[in-house]
Amino acid sequence: MNMSGLSGSDDLNGMYEDIILDHYRNPRNTSSLSKPDLELDVNNPFCGDELKIQLNIKDDTITGVSVSGQGCAISQSSGSLLAERIQDSSTDTVIHVIEKVRKMMKDEPISDDDLDLIGDIEALQGVKKFPVRIKCALLGWSALEDLIKKP
Amino acid sequence: MQFDVEEIRKDFPILNRKVNGKDLVYLDNAATSQKPKEVIDSIRDYYMNHNANVHRGVHLLSVEATDAYENARIQISDLINCPNSNSIIWTRNATESLNLVASSWALDNLTKESNIIITNAEHHSNLVTWQQVSEKTGCDLRYLNISDGFDLSDFENLIDEKTKLVAVTHMSNVLGYVVPIEEIVPLARKYDARVLVDGAQSVPHMPVDVLALDIDFLVFSAHKMLGPTGIGVLYAKLDLLEDMNPYMFGGDMILEVTYEDAKWNRLPYKFEAGTPNISGAISTGVAANYLMKIGMENVWEHENSITKYALEKFRELNNFNVIGDNVTQRRGGVISFTHNKIHPHDIGTILDKQGIAIRTGHHCAMPLIRSYGVVAAARASFYIYNTLQEVDQLVEALQDAEDFMV
Repeated sequence: MNMSGLSGSDDLNGMYEDIILDHYRNPRNTSSLSKPDLELDVNNPFCGDELKIQLNIKDDTITGVSVSGQGCAISQSSGSLLAERIQDSSTDTVIHVIEKVRKMMKDEPISDDDLDLIGDIEALQGVKKFPVRIKCALLGWSALEDLIKKP
Repeated sequence: MQFDVEEIRKDFPILNRKVNGKDLVYLDNAATSQKPKEVIDSIRDYYMNHNANVHRGVHLLSVEATDAYENARIQISDLINCPNSNSIIWTRNATESLNLVASSWALDNLTKESNIIITNAEHHSNLVTWQQVSEKTGCDLRYLNISDGFDLSDFENLIDEKTKLVAVTHMSNVLGYVVPIEEIVPLARKYDARVLVDGAQSVPHMPVDVLALDIDFLVFSAHKMLGPTGIGVLYAKLDLLEDMNPYMFGGDMILEVTYEDAKWNRLPYKFEAGTPNISGAISTGVAANYLMKIGMENVWEHENSITKYALEKFRELNNFNVIGDNVTQRRGGVISFTHNKIHPHDIGTILDKQGIAIRTGHHCAMPLIRSYGVVAAARASFYIYNTLQEVDQLVEALQDAEDFMV
Protein backbone atom coordinates (compact mmCIF):
# COMPACT_ATOMS: atom_id res chain seq x y z
CA MET A 1 0.00 0.00 0.00
CA ASN A 2 1.22 3.48 -0.79
CA MET A 3 1.73 5.12 2.57
CA SER A 4 3.93 7.92 1.36
CA GLY A 5 1.03 10.33 1.42
CA LEU A 6 0.57 9.98 5.16
CA SER A 7 3.86 8.94 6.68
CA GLY A 8 5.50 11.73 4.69
CA SER A 9 3.23 14.37 6.20
CA ASP A 10 5.21 16.25 8.84
CA ASP A 11 2.10 18.00 10.11
CA LEU A 12 0.23 14.75 10.65
CA ASN A 13 3.20 13.10 12.28
CA GLY A 14 3.60 16.23 14.38
CA MET A 15 0.04 16.05 15.64
CA TYR A 16 -0.16 12.29 16.02
CA GLU A 17 3.23 11.95 17.70
CA ASP A 18 4.23 8.53 19.00
CA ILE A 19 3.52 9.64 22.58
CA ILE A 20 0.03 10.78 21.58
CA LEU A 21 -0.77 7.58 19.74
CA ASP A 22 0.63 5.53 22.62
CA HIS A 23 -1.61 7.31 25.14
CA TYR A 24 -4.56 7.00 22.75
CA ARG A 25 -4.09 3.26 22.30
CA ASN A 26 -3.19 2.61 25.93
CA PRO A 27 -4.77 5.32 28.04
CA ARG A 28 -3.52 5.58 31.64
CA ASN A 29 -5.56 5.99 34.81
CA THR A 30 -8.88 4.96 33.29
CA SER A 31 -10.21 2.87 36.21
CA SER A 32 -12.82 4.87 38.04
CA LEU A 33 -12.21 5.88 41.64
CA SER A 34 -14.39 4.22 44.27
CA LYS A 35 -14.91 7.41 46.29
CA PRO A 36 -13.96 10.46 44.24
CA ASP A 37 -13.88 13.78 46.08
CA LEU A 38 -14.49 15.66 42.83
CA GLU A 39 -16.02 14.50 39.58
CA LEU A 40 -16.96 16.14 36.29
CA ASP A 41 -18.30 14.94 32.92
CA VAL A 42 -17.49 17.13 29.96
CA ASN A 43 -18.19 16.84 26.27
CA ASN A 44 -17.64 18.69 23.06
CA PRO A 45 -21.02 18.67 21.34
CA PHE A 46 -19.53 19.46 17.93
CA CYS A 47 -17.60 16.23 17.62
CA GLY A 48 -18.90 14.10 20.45
CA ASP A 49 -15.72 13.87 22.53
CA GLU A 50 -16.54 12.84 26.09
CA LEU A 51 -14.38 12.73 29.21
CA LYS A 52 -15.08 11.90 32.83
CA ILE A 53 -12.56 13.22 35.34
CA GLN A 54 -12.48 12.02 38.94
CA LEU A 55 -10.13 13.26 41.63
CA ASN A 56 -9.17 12.37 45.15
CA ILE A 57 -7.55 15.28 46.96
CA LYS A 58 -5.90 15.11 50.37
CA ASP A 59 -4.06 18.07 51.96
CA ASP A 60 -4.00 19.95 48.65
CA THR A 61 -2.44 17.02 46.82
CA ILE A 62 -3.97 14.91 44.05
CA THR A 63 -3.88 11.46 45.60
CA GLY A 64 -6.04 9.79 43.00
CA VAL A 65 -7.07 10.58 39.43
CA SER A 66 -9.16 8.82 36.84
CA VAL A 67 -9.82 10.04 33.31
CA SER A 68 -12.00 7.99 31.01
CA GLY A 69 -14.18 8.63 28.02
CA GLN A 70 -14.57 8.24 24.31
CA GLY A 71 -13.60 10.44 21.45
CA CYS A 72 -10.82 11.34 19.10
CA ALA A 73 -7.15 10.51 19.57
CA ILE A 74 -6.33 14.05 20.63
CA SER A 75 -8.98 14.46 23.33
CA GLN A 76 -8.39 11.01 24.76
CA SER A 77 -4.61 11.06 24.72
CA SER A 78 -4.65 14.54 26.20
CA GLY A 79 -6.84 13.21 29.01
CA SER A 80 -4.45 10.35 29.62
CA LEU A 81 -1.43 12.65 29.64
CA LEU A 82 -3.27 14.87 32.06
CA ALA A 83 -3.99 12.00 34.43
CA GLU A 84 -0.41 10.83 34.36
CA ARG A 85 0.94 14.31 34.99
CA ILE A 86 -1.22 15.40 37.90
CA GLN A 87 -1.11 12.22 39.95
CA ASP A 88 0.63 13.08 43.27
CA SER A 89 1.01 16.77 42.35
CA SER A 90 -0.09 19.62 44.58
CA THR A 91 -3.11 21.58 43.44
CA ASP A 92 -0.89 24.66 43.09
CA THR A 93 1.35 22.75 40.68
CA VAL A 94 -1.68 21.53 38.75
CA ILE A 95 -2.92 25.08 38.34
CA HIS A 96 0.50 26.01 37.02
CA VAL A 97 0.53 23.10 34.59
CA ILE A 98 -2.91 24.02 33.25
CA GLU A 99 -1.74 27.58 32.70
CA LYS A 100 1.38 26.42 30.81
CA VAL A 101 -0.58 23.97 28.66
CA ARG A 102 -2.98 26.74 27.67
CA LYS A 103 -0.05 29.00 26.91
CA MET A 104 1.55 26.35 24.74
CA MET A 105 -1.66 25.73 22.78
CA LYS A 106 -2.05 29.47 22.19
CA ASP A 107 1.44 29.42 20.70
CA GLU A 108 2.75 31.81 23.33
CA PRO A 109 6.46 31.48 24.14
CA ILE A 110 7.17 29.19 27.07
CA SER A 111 10.42 28.74 28.94
CA ASP A 112 12.53 25.61 29.35
CA ASP A 113 11.40 25.48 32.97
CA ASP A 114 7.80 25.45 31.78
CA LEU A 115 8.59 22.61 29.40
CA ASP A 116 10.13 20.66 32.26
CA LEU A 117 6.99 21.27 34.25
CA ILE A 118 4.63 19.91 31.58
CA GLY A 119 6.84 16.97 30.54
CA ASP A 120 5.33 14.62 27.93
CA ILE A 121 2.40 16.97 27.43
CA GLU A 122 4.68 18.92 25.12
CA ALA A 123 3.77 16.28 22.54
CA LEU A 124 0.43 18.07 22.13
CA GLN A 125 2.22 21.00 20.50
CA GLY A 126 1.68 19.56 17.03
CA VAL A 127 -2.07 20.11 17.40
CA LYS A 128 -1.49 23.86 17.09
CA LYS A 129 -1.22 23.46 13.33
CA PHE A 130 -4.81 22.14 13.26
CA PRO A 131 -6.79 25.00 14.83
CA VAL A 132 -10.10 23.11 14.81
CA ARG A 133 -8.52 20.40 16.95
CA ILE A 134 -7.17 22.62 19.74
CA LYS A 135 -10.52 22.31 21.47
CA CYS A 136 -10.05 18.54 21.53
CA ALA A 137 -6.65 18.92 23.17
CA LEU A 138 -7.96 21.29 25.83
CA LEU A 139 -11.21 19.50 26.68
CA GLY A 140 -9.81 17.66 29.71
CA TRP A 141 -7.72 20.60 30.86
CA SER A 142 -10.68 22.96 30.90
CA ALA A 143 -12.64 20.42 32.94
CA LEU A 144 -9.74 19.98 35.36
CA GLU A 145 -9.52 23.73 35.79
CA ASP A 146 -13.23 23.90 36.59
CA LEU A 147 -12.85 21.14 39.16
CA ILE A 148 -9.79 22.49 40.92
CA LYS A 149 -10.68 26.14 40.96
CA LYS A 150 -14.13 25.53 42.40
CA PRO A 151 -14.26 26.91 45.94
CA MET B 1 -28.64 16.10 -22.55
CA GLN B 2 -25.77 13.65 -22.25
CA PHE B 3 -24.39 13.55 -18.70
CA ASP B 4 -20.65 14.14 -18.88
CA VAL B 5 -19.04 14.53 -15.47
CA GLU B 6 -15.76 15.80 -16.91
CA GLU B 7 -17.60 18.58 -18.76
CA ILE B 8 -19.52 19.44 -15.59
CA ARG B 9 -16.33 19.60 -13.55
CA LYS B 10 -15.03 22.33 -15.87
CA ASP B 11 -17.88 24.56 -14.68
CA PHE B 12 -16.69 24.49 -11.06
CA PRO B 13 -13.59 26.69 -10.59
CA ILE B 14 -12.98 25.51 -7.02
CA LEU B 15 -12.28 21.96 -8.23
CA ASN B 16 -9.01 23.27 -9.65
CA ARG B 17 -7.59 24.26 -6.31
CA LYS B 18 -5.15 22.30 -4.23
CA VAL B 19 -5.80 21.39 -0.61
CA ASN B 20 -2.70 20.56 1.39
CA GLY B 21 -0.88 20.11 -1.90
CA LYS B 22 -3.42 17.62 -3.25
CA ASP B 23 -6.27 17.95 -5.74
CA LEU B 24 -9.45 18.78 -3.88
CA VAL B 25 -11.82 15.84 -3.52
CA TYR B 26 -14.98 17.50 -2.25
CA LEU B 27 -17.26 14.97 -0.56
CA ASP B 28 -19.14 17.24 1.84
CA ASN B 29 -22.04 18.07 -0.46
CA ALA B 30 -24.76 17.31 2.06
CA ALA B 31 -23.35 20.22 4.10
CA THR B 32 -23.06 22.59 1.17
CA SER B 33 -22.42 22.22 -2.55
CA GLN B 34 -19.81 23.97 -4.64
CA LYS B 35 -20.96 26.62 -7.14
CA PRO B 36 -20.64 26.65 -10.91
CA LYS B 37 -19.05 29.64 -12.59
CA GLU B 38 -22.34 30.89 -14.00
CA VAL B 39 -23.84 31.15 -10.51
CA ILE B 40 -20.79 33.03 -9.25
CA ASP B 41 -20.83 35.26 -12.35
CA SER B 42 -24.51 36.08 -11.89
CA ILE B 43 -23.82 37.53 -8.43
CA ARG B 44 -21.04 39.68 -9.82
CA ASP B 45 -23.13 40.70 -12.83
CA TYR B 46 -25.98 41.81 -10.60
CA TYR B 47 -23.77 44.10 -8.51
CA MET B 48 -21.76 45.31 -11.52
CA ASN B 49 -24.69 46.12 -13.79
CA HIS B 50 -28.13 45.98 -12.21
CA ASN B 51 -27.92 46.72 -8.49
CA ALA B 52 -31.02 48.45 -7.15
CA ASN B 53 -33.76 47.75 -4.65
CA VAL B 54 -36.73 45.70 -5.83
CA HIS B 55 -40.43 46.63 -6.00
CA ARG B 56 -39.67 50.27 -5.24
CA GLY B 57 -38.18 52.51 -7.87
CA VAL B 58 -39.46 53.64 -11.24
CA HIS B 59 -35.90 53.85 -12.54
CA LEU B 60 -34.47 51.33 -14.97
CA LEU B 61 -32.09 49.59 -12.56
CA SER B 62 -34.89 48.93 -10.11
CA VAL B 63 -37.01 47.52 -12.91
CA GLU B 64 -34.17 45.25 -14.03
CA ALA B 65 -33.46 44.08 -10.47
CA THR B 66 -37.16 43.40 -9.87
CA ASP B 67 -37.52 41.49 -13.14
CA ALA B 68 -34.49 39.33 -12.39
CA TYR B 69 -35.64 38.71 -8.81
CA GLU B 70 -39.11 37.68 -9.93
CA ASN B 71 -37.77 35.65 -12.84
CA ALA B 72 -35.77 33.59 -10.33
CA ARG B 73 -39.02 32.82 -8.53
CA ILE B 74 -40.37 31.40 -11.77
CA GLN B 75 -37.22 29.34 -12.30
CA ILE B 76 -37.64 27.85 -8.82
CA SER B 77 -41.30 27.14 -9.61
CA ASP B 78 -40.18 25.28 -12.72
CA LEU B 79 -37.65 23.25 -10.75
CA ILE B 80 -40.26 21.85 -8.36
CA ASN B 81 -43.20 22.01 -10.80
CA CYS B 82 -45.06 24.58 -8.75
CA PRO B 83 -48.10 25.86 -10.67
CA ASN B 84 -48.02 29.43 -9.36
CA SER B 85 -44.87 31.34 -8.45
CA ASN B 86 -46.80 33.22 -5.74
CA SER B 87 -46.41 29.99 -3.78
CA ILE B 88 -42.65 30.53 -3.64
CA ILE B 89 -41.45 32.52 -0.63
CA TRP B 90 -37.80 33.54 -0.39
CA THR B 91 -36.33 32.94 3.03
CA ARG B 92 -32.79 32.71 4.40
CA ASN B 93 -32.65 28.90 4.29
CA ALA B 94 -34.67 25.75 4.91
CA THR B 95 -34.42 26.39 8.63
CA GLU B 96 -36.07 29.80 8.33
CA SER B 97 -38.74 28.32 6.07
CA LEU B 98 -39.53 25.77 8.80
CA ASN B 99 -39.65 28.46 11.44
CA LEU B 100 -41.98 30.49 9.24
CA VAL B 101 -44.41 27.58 9.00
CA ALA B 102 -44.12 26.95 12.73
CA SER B 103 -44.82 30.58 13.66
CA SER B 104 -47.34 31.57 11.04
CA TRP B 105 -49.23 28.32 10.61
CA ALA B 106 -48.60 25.79 13.37
CA LEU B 107 -48.99 28.10 16.37
CA ASP B 108 -52.33 29.29 14.99
CA ASN B 109 -53.64 25.86 14.03
CA LEU B 110 -52.47 23.44 16.71
CA THR B 111 -53.77 22.99 20.24
CA LYS B 112 -53.02 20.66 23.10
CA GLU B 113 -55.48 18.25 21.49
CA SER B 114 -53.44 18.00 18.29
CA ASN B 115 -50.35 16.05 17.35
CA ILE B 116 -47.47 16.36 14.91
CA ILE B 117 -45.71 13.38 13.34
CA ILE B 118 -42.04 13.61 12.37
CA THR B 119 -39.44 10.87 11.84
CA ASN B 120 -36.57 9.79 14.08
CA ALA B 121 -34.14 10.85 11.34
CA GLU B 122 -34.88 14.56 11.13
CA HIS B 123 -32.24 17.24 10.96
CA HIS B 124 -32.38 19.33 14.14
CA SER B 125 -34.11 22.09 12.18
CA ASN B 126 -37.13 19.86 11.51
CA LEU B 127 -37.09 18.51 15.06
CA VAL B 128 -36.33 21.31 17.51
CA THR B 129 -38.78 23.58 15.65
CA TRP B 130 -41.65 21.17 16.34
CA GLN B 131 -40.49 20.49 19.89
CA GLN B 132 -40.92 24.21 20.45
CA VAL B 133 -44.37 24.22 18.85
CA SER B 134 -45.25 21.29 21.07
CA GLU B 135 -44.01 23.17 24.13
CA LYS B 136 -45.96 26.30 23.23
CA THR B 137 -49.24 24.66 22.17
CA GLY B 138 -49.12 21.54 24.32
CA CYS B 139 -49.57 19.36 21.23
CA ASP B 140 -48.11 15.86 21.10
CA LEU B 141 -44.95 15.21 19.06
CA ARG B 142 -44.82 11.69 17.64
CA TYR B 143 -41.86 9.95 16.04
CA LEU B 144 -42.03 7.59 13.09
CA ASN B 145 -39.00 5.30 13.12
CA ILE B 146 -37.44 5.00 9.66
CA SER B 147 -34.09 3.51 10.66
CA ASP B 148 -35.12 0.32 8.86
CA GLY B 149 -36.94 2.16 6.11
CA PHE B 150 -40.49 3.49 5.92
CA ASP B 151 -43.16 1.11 7.19
CA LEU B 152 -46.68 2.08 6.20
CA SER B 153 -48.28 0.15 9.07
CA ASP B 154 -46.07 1.99 11.60
CA PHE B 155 -47.32 5.23 10.09
CA GLU B 156 -50.91 4.01 10.18
CA ASN B 157 -50.52 3.25 13.88
CA LEU B 158 -49.23 6.73 14.63
CA ILE B 159 -51.62 8.90 12.66
CA ASP B 160 -55.13 9.71 13.86
CA GLU B 161 -57.88 12.33 13.61
CA LYS B 162 -55.86 14.65 15.84
CA THR B 163 -52.80 14.68 13.60
CA LYS B 164 -52.57 18.15 12.11
CA LEU B 165 -49.12 17.99 10.58
CA VAL B 166 -46.78 15.36 9.19
CA ALA B 167 -43.35 16.99 8.83
CA VAL B 168 -40.83 14.61 7.31
CA THR B 169 -37.45 14.70 5.69
CA HIS B 170 -37.51 13.73 2.02
CA MET B 171 -33.99 12.37 2.30
CA SER B 172 -32.10 11.80 5.53
CA ASN B 173 -28.81 13.69 5.68
CA VAL B 174 -27.35 10.83 7.73
CA LEU B 175 -28.87 7.66 6.27
CA GLY B 176 -29.30 8.86 2.70
CA TYR B 177 -32.66 7.12 2.80
CA VAL B 178 -35.40 8.66 0.64
CA VAL B 179 -38.77 8.65 2.38
CA PRO B 180 -41.68 7.65 0.12
CA ILE B 181 -43.73 10.83 0.39
CA GLU B 182 -46.23 9.35 -2.08
CA GLU B 183 -47.17 6.78 0.58
CA ILE B 184 -47.50 9.39 3.32
CA VAL B 185 -49.71 11.93 1.57
CA PRO B 186 -52.81 9.76 0.89
CA LEU B 187 -53.05 8.69 4.51
CA ALA B 188 -52.43 12.22 5.76
CA ARG B 189 -55.25 13.44 3.47
CA LYS B 190 -57.58 10.82 4.92
CA TYR B 191 -57.04 12.34 8.37
CA ASP B 192 -56.99 15.89 7.08
CA ALA B 193 -53.39 16.42 8.21
CA ARG B 194 -51.03 18.76 6.39
CA VAL B 195 -47.80 17.41 4.95
CA LEU B 196 -44.53 19.33 5.16
CA VAL B 197 -41.50 17.96 3.33
CA ASP B 198 -37.96 18.93 4.29
CA GLY B 199 -36.39 18.92 0.85
CA ALA B 200 -32.97 20.24 1.89
CA GLN B 201 -31.33 16.99 0.76
CA SER B 202 -33.78 15.99 -1.98
CA VAL B 203 -34.44 19.07 -4.11
CA PRO B 204 -30.74 19.42 -5.06
CA HIS B 205 -30.41 15.76 -6.02
CA MET B 206 -33.61 14.36 -7.52
CA PRO B 207 -36.80 15.38 -9.29
CA VAL B 208 -39.24 16.84 -6.76
CA ASP B 209 -42.70 17.61 -8.08
CA VAL B 210 -44.92 19.40 -5.55
CA LEU B 211 -47.97 18.97 -7.74
CA ALA B 212 -47.55 15.24 -8.24
CA LEU B 213 -46.67 14.70 -4.58
CA ASP B 214 -49.59 16.93 -3.56
CA ILE B 215 -47.71 18.20 -0.50
CA ASP B 216 -48.67 21.30 1.48
CA PHE B 217 -45.23 22.67 2.34
CA LEU B 218 -41.76 22.15 0.92
CA VAL B 219 -38.63 23.75 2.37
CA PHE B 220 -35.10 23.81 0.97
CA SER B 221 -31.87 25.82 0.92
CA ALA B 222 -30.14 27.22 -2.15
CA HIS B 223 -26.60 26.58 -0.98
CA LYS B 224 -26.97 22.81 -1.16
CA MET B 225 -28.14 23.06 -4.80
CA LEU B 226 -25.29 25.06 -6.36
CA GLY B 227 -26.67 28.41 -5.16
CA PRO B 228 -25.29 30.88 -2.62
CA THR B 229 -25.67 30.76 1.15
CA GLY B 230 -28.18 32.97 2.90
CA ILE B 231 -31.18 32.17 0.72
CA GLY B 232 -33.78 29.45 0.89
CA VAL B 233 -37.28 28.65 -0.24
CA LEU B 234 -40.65 27.92 1.24
CA TYR B 235 -43.21 26.45 -1.09
CA ALA B 236 -46.75 26.30 0.26
CA LYS B 237 -50.16 25.84 -1.25
CA LEU B 238 -51.76 29.18 -2.01
CA ASP B 239 -54.83 28.73 0.19
CA LEU B 240 -52.60 28.02 3.17
CA LEU B 241 -50.43 31.05 2.52
CA GLU B 242 -53.53 33.23 2.12
CA ASP B 243 -54.78 32.21 5.56
CA MET B 244 -51.43 32.50 7.32
CA ASN B 245 -50.36 35.61 9.17
CA PRO B 246 -47.08 37.32 8.28
CA TYR B 247 -43.91 35.98 9.85
CA MET B 248 -42.09 39.29 10.00
CA PHE B 249 -43.22 42.86 9.72
CA GLY B 250 -41.73 45.81 7.90
CA GLY B 251 -41.33 47.24 4.44
CA ASP B 252 -42.50 45.45 1.28
CA MET B 253 -44.95 43.22 3.14
CA ILE B 254 -47.57 45.93 3.54
CA LEU B 255 -50.15 47.40 1.20
CA GLU B 256 -51.22 50.39 3.23
CA VAL B 257 -50.08 51.75 6.57
CA THR B 258 -51.76 54.26 8.83
CA TYR B 259 -50.65 55.31 12.29
CA GLU B 260 -53.25 52.93 13.66
CA ASP B 261 -53.07 49.91 11.40
CA ALA B 262 -51.60 48.18 8.37
CA LYS B 263 -52.91 46.03 5.53
CA TRP B 264 -50.81 43.11 4.37
CA ASN B 265 -49.47 42.96 0.86
CA ARG B 266 -50.54 40.20 -1.53
CA LEU B 267 -48.64 36.94 -1.91
CA PRO B 268 -45.77 36.28 -1.92
CA TYR B 269 -44.72 39.68 -0.57
CA LYS B 270 -46.72 39.29 2.63
CA PHE B 271 -43.94 36.97 3.77
CA GLU B 272 -40.98 38.94 2.48
CA ALA B 273 -40.53 41.85 4.87
CA GLY B 274 -37.57 44.13 4.30
CA THR B 275 -35.12 44.32 1.43
CA PRO B 276 -34.57 40.72 0.38
CA ASN B 277 -31.41 38.87 -0.68
CA ILE B 278 -31.76 40.01 -4.28
CA SER B 279 -28.49 38.71 -5.72
CA GLY B 280 -29.03 35.51 -3.75
CA ALA B 281 -32.43 34.94 -5.33
CA ILE B 282 -31.17 35.75 -8.83
CA SER B 283 -28.20 33.40 -8.56
CA THR B 284 -30.41 30.69 -7.06
CA GLY B 285 -32.53 30.96 -10.20
CA VAL B 286 -29.37 30.50 -12.25
CA ALA B 287 -28.48 27.44 -10.14
CA ALA B 288 -31.94 25.96 -10.68
CA ASN B 289 -31.57 26.54 -14.40
CA TYR B 290 -28.18 24.86 -14.42
CA LEU B 291 -29.67 21.79 -12.72
CA MET B 292 -32.67 21.71 -15.07
CA LYS B 293 -30.33 21.85 -18.07
CA ILE B 294 -28.60 18.72 -16.79
CA GLY B 295 -31.94 17.20 -15.83
CA MET B 296 -32.77 16.12 -12.30
CA GLU B 297 -33.23 12.51 -13.44
CA ASN B 298 -29.64 12.57 -14.70
CA VAL B 299 -28.40 14.10 -11.46
CA TRP B 300 -30.11 11.34 -9.50
CA GLU B 301 -28.81 8.61 -11.81
CA HIS B 302 -25.24 9.86 -11.61
CA GLU B 303 -25.24 10.06 -7.83
CA ASN B 304 -26.91 6.69 -7.59
CA SER B 305 -24.20 5.00 -9.60
CA ILE B 306 -21.50 6.64 -7.49
CA THR B 307 -23.25 5.72 -4.25
CA LYS B 308 -23.74 2.10 -5.29
CA TYR B 309 -20.08 1.86 -6.24
CA ALA B 310 -19.00 3.48 -2.96
CA LEU B 311 -21.21 1.19 -0.87
CA GLU B 312 -19.66 -1.86 -2.55
CA LYS B 313 -16.21 -0.52 -1.79
CA PHE B 314 -17.16 0.15 1.83
CA ARG B 315 -18.36 -3.42 2.26
CA GLU B 316 -14.91 -4.62 1.25
CA LEU B 317 -13.28 -2.57 4.03
CA ASN B 318 -12.72 -4.18 7.40
CA ASN B 319 -13.58 -2.22 10.54
CA PHE B 320 -15.58 0.45 8.70
CA ASN B 321 -19.34 0.37 9.29
CA VAL B 322 -21.90 2.21 7.18
CA ILE B 323 -24.76 3.63 9.25
CA GLY B 324 -28.08 2.51 7.87
CA ASP B 325 -26.53 -0.02 5.50
CA ASN B 326 -29.58 -2.22 6.05
CA VAL B 327 -31.61 0.01 3.74
CA THR B 328 -30.30 -0.30 0.20
CA GLN B 329 -33.29 0.82 -1.83
CA ARG B 330 -34.20 4.48 -2.39
CA ARG B 331 -30.81 5.63 -1.28
CA GLY B 332 -29.35 9.03 -2.12
CA GLY B 333 -25.72 10.04 -2.29
CA VAL B 334 -24.94 10.09 1.42
CA ILE B 335 -22.79 7.54 3.24
CA SER B 336 -22.29 7.96 6.97
CA PHE B 337 -19.78 5.65 8.53
CA THR B 338 -17.75 4.85 11.60
CA HIS B 339 -14.60 2.88 12.28
CA ASN B 340 -14.37 0.29 15.05
CA LYS B 341 -11.43 2.09 16.62
CA ILE B 342 -10.73 5.43 14.97
CA HIS B 343 -12.82 8.43 15.91
CA PRO B 344 -14.44 10.29 12.96
CA HIS B 345 -12.60 13.44 13.92
CA ASP B 346 -9.25 11.77 13.38
CA ILE B 347 -10.45 10.28 10.10
CA GLY B 348 -11.55 13.75 8.98
CA THR B 349 -8.20 15.34 9.78
CA ILE B 350 -6.20 12.60 8.09
CA LEU B 351 -8.38 12.73 4.96
CA ASP B 352 -8.08 16.50 4.85
CA LYS B 353 -4.31 16.08 4.59
CA GLN B 354 -5.03 14.12 1.40
CA GLY B 355 -7.20 16.91 0.06
CA ILE B 356 -10.40 14.96 0.77
CA ALA B 357 -13.18 16.95 2.42
CA ILE B 358 -15.73 14.96 4.40
CA ARG B 359 -18.01 15.84 7.30
CA THR B 360 -17.47 14.54 10.81
CA GLY B 361 -19.66 14.93 13.86
CA HIS B 362 -23.32 14.43 14.67
CA HIS B 363 -24.61 15.95 11.41
CA CYS B 364 -27.24 18.00 13.22
CA ALA B 365 -29.08 14.78 14.01
CA MET B 366 -27.87 13.96 17.52
CA PRO B 367 -30.67 11.62 18.63
CA LEU B 368 -30.43 9.58 15.42
CA ILE B 369 -26.63 9.26 15.62
CA ARG B 370 -26.90 8.21 19.27
CA SER B 371 -29.47 5.57 18.37
CA TYR B 372 -26.68 3.77 16.54
CA GLY B 373 -24.63 3.67 19.73
CA VAL B 374 -22.09 6.26 18.60
CA VAL B 375 -21.61 9.93 19.40
CA ALA B 376 -20.26 10.92 16.01
CA ALA B 377 -19.84 9.64 12.49
CA ALA B 378 -17.93 10.51 9.36
CA ARG B 379 -19.91 11.23 6.20
CA ALA B 380 -19.10 11.30 2.52
CA SER B 381 -21.77 12.85 0.30
CA PHE B 382 -21.77 13.15 -3.47
CA TYR B 383 -22.92 15.53 -6.16
CA ILE B 384 -22.89 15.97 -9.92
CA TYR B 385 -19.16 16.68 -10.14
CA ASN B 386 -17.95 13.67 -8.16
CA THR B 387 -16.37 10.71 -9.93
CA LEU B 388 -15.79 7.01 -9.33
CA GLN B 389 -12.09 7.81 -9.20
CA GLU B 390 -12.74 10.10 -6.24
CA VAL B 391 -14.49 7.23 -4.47
CA ASP B 392 -11.35 5.15 -5.02
CA GLN B 393 -9.27 7.98 -3.56
CA LEU B 394 -11.57 8.11 -0.55
CA VAL B 395 -11.35 4.38 0.06
CA GLU B 396 -7.59 4.34 -0.33
CA ALA B 397 -7.25 7.26 2.08
CA LEU B 398 -9.45 5.45 4.60
CA GLN B 399 -7.20 2.41 4.43
CA ASP B 400 -4.17 4.64 4.88
CA ALA B 401 -5.82 6.30 7.87
CA GLU B 402 -6.37 2.91 9.45
CA ASP B 403 -2.75 1.93 8.90
CA PHE B 404 -1.64 5.22 10.38
CA MET B 405 -3.80 5.22 13.48
CA VAL B 406 -4.28 1.61 14.53
